[in-house]
Amino acid sequence: MQDTLLTIVLAPLIGAIIAGLLPVSRRIAHSVTIGAVGLAFFLSAYVFYQIIFAGHAIYNETLYTWLVAGNVRLEVGFMIDSLTAVMMLVVTFVSWMVHIYTIGYMHDDPGYNRFFSYISLFTFSMLMLVMSNNFVQLFFGWEAVGLVSYLLIGFWYTRDTAIYANLKAFLVNRVGDFGFALGIAAVLMAFNSLNYGEVFGLAQAGEYKQTISIFAGHEWSMITVMCILLFVGAMGKSAQFPLHVWLPDSMEGPTPISALIHAATMVTAGIFMVARMSPLFELSTTALSFVMVVGAITAFFMGLLGLVQHDIKRVVAYSTLSQLGYMTVALGASAYTAGIFHLMTHAFFKALLFLGAGSVIIAMHHEQDMRKMGGLKKYMPITYWTMLIGSLALIGVPGMSGFFSKDAIIEAVHHAYDADRAGAWFAYYSVLFGVFITALYTFRMFFLTFHGKERMDEHTKEHLHETPWVVTGPLIALAIPSIFIGMFTIGPMLFGGYFSDSIFVAAAHNPFDPEHYHGFISFMLHGLIQPPVWLAAAGVGVAYFLYMKRPELPEIIAKRSGIVYKILVEKYYFDRFNDWFFAGGTRKVGTFMWQFGDVRFIDGFINGMADLIDWFAGVFRKVQTGFLYHYAFAMLIGLAVMLGAFVY
Amino acid sequence: MFTDLSLLSILMWLPILGGVWILIIGDKQASLVRPIALIISLLTFLLSLPLFFAFDTTTAAMQFTEKVNWIPAFGINYHLGVDGISMPLIILTTFTSVLIILAGWEVIKDKISQYMAAFLIMEGLINGVFAALDAVLFYVLWEAMLIPMFLIIGIWGGPNKIYATIKFFLYTFFGSVLMLIALLYLYFQANSFAIQDYHTLPIPLEAQMWIFIAFLVAFAVKVPMWPVHTWLPDAHVEAPTGGSVILAAIMLKMGGYGFLRFSLPITPDASSKLDWLIIAMSLIAIVYISFVAIVQKDMKKLIAYSSISHMGFATLGFFIGFMIYKNTGSIDGGVMAMEGGMVQMISHGFISGALFLCVGVLYDRMHSRQIADYGGVANVMPRFAMFVVLFAMANAGLPATSGFVGEFLVIIASFQANFWIAFAAATIMILGASYTLWMVKRVIFGKIGNDKVAALQDINKRELLILSVLAAMVLLFGIYPAPLLEVMDATVQNLVEHILRSKIPL
Repeated sequence: MQDTLLTIVLAPLIGAIIAGLLPVSRRIAHSVTIGAVGLAFFLSAYVFYQIIFAGHAIYNETLYTWLVAGNVRLEVGFMIDSLTAVMMLVVTFVSWMVHIYTIGYMHDDPGYNRFFSYISLFTFSMLMLVMSNNFVQLFFGWEAVGLVSYLLIGFWYTRDTAIYANLKAFLVNRVGDFGFALGIAAVLMAFNSLNYGEVFGLAQAGEYKQTISIFAGHEWSMITVMCILLFVGAMGKSAQFPLHVWLPDSMEGPTPISALIHAATMVTAGIFMVARMSPLFELSTTALSFVMVVGAITAFFMGLLGLVQHDIKRVVAYSTLSQLGYMTVALGASAYTAGIFHLMTHAFFKALLFLGAGSVIIAMHHEQDMRKMGGLKKYMPITYWTMLIGSLALIGVPGMSGFFSKDAIIEAVHHAYDADRAGAWFAYYSVLFGVFITALYTFRMFFLTFHGKERMDEHTKEHLHETPWVVTGPLIALAIPSIFIGMFTIGPMLFGGYFSDSIFVAAAHNPFDPEHYHGFISFMLHGLIQPPVWLAAAGVGVAYFLYMKRPELPEIIAKRSGIVYKILVEKYYFDRFNDWFFAGGTRKVGTFMWQFGDVRFIDGFINGMADLIDWFAGVFRKVQTGFLYHYAFAMLIGLAVMLGAFVY
Repeated sequence: MFTDLSLLSILMWLPILGGVWILIIGDKQASLVRPIALIISLLTFLLSLPLFFAFDTTTAAMQFTEKVNWIPAFGINYHLGVDGISMPLIILTTFTSVLIILAGWEVIKDKISQYMAAFLIMEGLINGVFAALDAVLFYVLWEAMLIPMFLIIGIWGGPNKIYATIKFFLYTFFGSVLMLIALLYLYFQANSFAIQDYHTLPIPLEAQMWIFIAFLVAFAVKVPMWPVHTWLPDAHVEAPTGGSVILAAIMLKMGGYGFLRFSLPITPDASSKLDWLIIAMSLIAIVYISFVAIVQKDMKKLIAYSSISHMGFATLGFFIGFMIYKNTGSIDGGVMAMEGGMVQMISHGFISGALFLCVGVLYDRMHSRQIADYGGVANVMPRFAMFVVLFAMANAGLPATSGFVGEFLVIIASFQANFWIAFAAATIMILGASYTLWMVKRVIFGKIGNDKVAALQDINKRELLILSVLAAMVLLFGIYPAPLLEVMDATVQNLVEHILRSKIPL
């Protein structure tokens, strides 16, 4: 097993090194990396089979000791349970598809090899993150995916917007990591270990330091503080309000990485992390409520922003933010399994939507503005149909994968609402009305792109045609699970105890009762009479009316709604505030401290001392005149004074 | 024959004598000077490796010791030895010296033999400082080392070099004089110049306080800690590349070493009483100096400020143990923090050295250190850009680089002392990334800034070699720091146990 796991992790790393550091041809660069990630995928499937079907026990072994400090031993190792197995499969599959797609998308780019190197490196980092058996390695993977994300957003490093976006992404993520690192410190303080197995065991046994004093005299619950700090890390990586600001800008990177990193895998690391830490979060309903409310704000308010975007990728990006909010809400409602379930279905259909958007962008000669598209259906049939599947999955049409996972989340929040969890009412209505918003922005995008008038210029129109197979192949490969994965996995994942070895839910919190589950068809039929389906239908209907029937209306509405529209276009003024307060403020403070603190105050004092000494020296130098009679005179006076002193 | 020779003496005298030899050869045979200097430094480095591989990690006692009467009338001995704290620092010195000789290879054209000799002599003196177990020997070497540094900045420095050298010299000299007074006091109390005798000498609290303050001034200037740090940016800006490297990579570590060898073990009660002062100064260094670093316009100044801020982690790690002990009743947190501080010192040696070398690469080509004069360097120097991004990430404390290990250990350990101390220290994760990556953005990324940038040549083989070696070290100690912590573990354990015992006479 260890050899298999090592191969899974190291193959993409070696691929990245070959493509990135060695002077190889384009053909070798993409062959090696695609081969390596493909190998990782097949071996992950094998591991998945071993863990899930062949009844292999949880694998938890140390690879080597990273360091020993004090009485704490920090190690590098793997832990493979059902949660890890699912993540490995999702990560390697989406990554593999994106690798193949990249051949088409980056065809003319001079940084071809570099790109393949980066995405393979990303795959390595992400695998290290999900396969870790301890907090330090988790943090390594966490930061390493952040690094690759930084490199890839800024891939076209001559573009000012790209290098602005990547710096922003890294720094905002660092704010999250700042909390995360403190959270890890809290774990160490409470449990005196950073190994998952030990920490979770002690947590369940109740053997840990219960309180922490943050403000003198007030003892706070250690677990609550720890979980909120850890969740701050998740807020950065999974782009939760108010640390969401980096994700829309990250669209400056090439589209394949938007699909891989900023939709399917990296941004879901926060969700994975909280699910992994379920034995800790279950101990604090306060922390869970915090998680739920943050997720609800993200789910609803970020969805609204998707309504006013004109860039096709940005619509999908805001959709991703909103869907990450859904997953987070699920975590907060103790429905970790539903969060991971949605993570998985979302990985497929959102990667599909991004790659589909990328396919459109290729055909449009890198035009991303939907106002210059329209009627693409007849030019790009494969893209059209696969995008339709992705859209239907996203809005949760019964039967599609997204339906099962989203409905499960809404049910779980409803359960929490019934159980009177703090903030659950807010979360419930947010995710419910979020469904309407989701359907509206999704089909706004869909109609604007593929239907209606052809608004592109003549030159572009002449060249419009379907993209090559390396692009459409992955679309089809992703469309299949986007339809089917939900119906086949909902039973075991949510109700069948599939995650019982890895996710812990307190009995009182568990929203999914196996007694009430009678197969996915009855789940579907039950869903048909629930509000979400009708809200989704209403969303599509409104989109159809506004963008197909009366295409002149949206502009009128935008004008009439004045201030509301302005706020949405300005993204709630977050970017402006951050630029002014954090970026600008930091520079002001820095300049002040430098010019006043260092230059004026400290150096002023030092140089002042020097000047003073100089002045004294100047005065005393005059004493040394070089005239013998001056010295003799001074000696006489001195003698007189000393004698006088002796006499009296 | 060889066994009679003592390793530490060789490490000290080989470069010094080599330097003198090079001075005798002189500039007339400049083509000989470079290879000889390289061979001497390389040989010293290779000879320092047995210190690591033959090191007994189970004991805190001094190893590789040697002791010869020097001035018997006053009981002054030529007494050398290393433990888990000084040994890694010596190897860091010999390692860095090789790179410095290489870095000055074709760049220095003026007075090449003196330049190489100055660095070799300084290397020997610094090795001596770290190995000296006699207070007088230590003090003499500590001061002597200032002379070559003074010359390096004063002769091969930039336009404002006189101001910088005087400032540097006065600051450090002022500090050392107070240390001399403290050492003399200790001599009269212990009737010995052996540093280890001072460790066991009982001292009343009031005297400890005065000694502690005297040491603090000396070492705080060297580290440098806020508010006595302003000499460092000026010295760096004016120093030639090699001078900056040795300043950042090695000399600053002497201050940190001083705290571990003198302040903490000699005056543990005063250290415990005044730990808040050091912690406050460290946190100010981390936060305040980071803000100052963000707005720097000169790359060297920015890295200099970054050095001050990162060294704050070393001092924080050394002194946080008292509070952790009070809070948890266990010494383990203190050990972790102190080891974190030590790792930070070693790692900072690689990273700051590498960053100064990177600036040197650019300066050699453009003769400017101003960030505004660059832009889009990655377009014309892709290989160089790769190294800069790597070292920048290491400076920002990315895991899998050595920069992460020390900071992480200090943060998670200080959390056990007080939430807010860890909170303030952890801001380095945001601030450090801000100043480093913002500089990278403006210098490396973007469109080609101007015609001069467009004409830049990528790094040559010599530069590639230097940066590759440093990159390998940064990654090695990030991925596998265990050996480094293993060699210092017994010593640090012992030291933490020692400082938690009162030395006040009953």
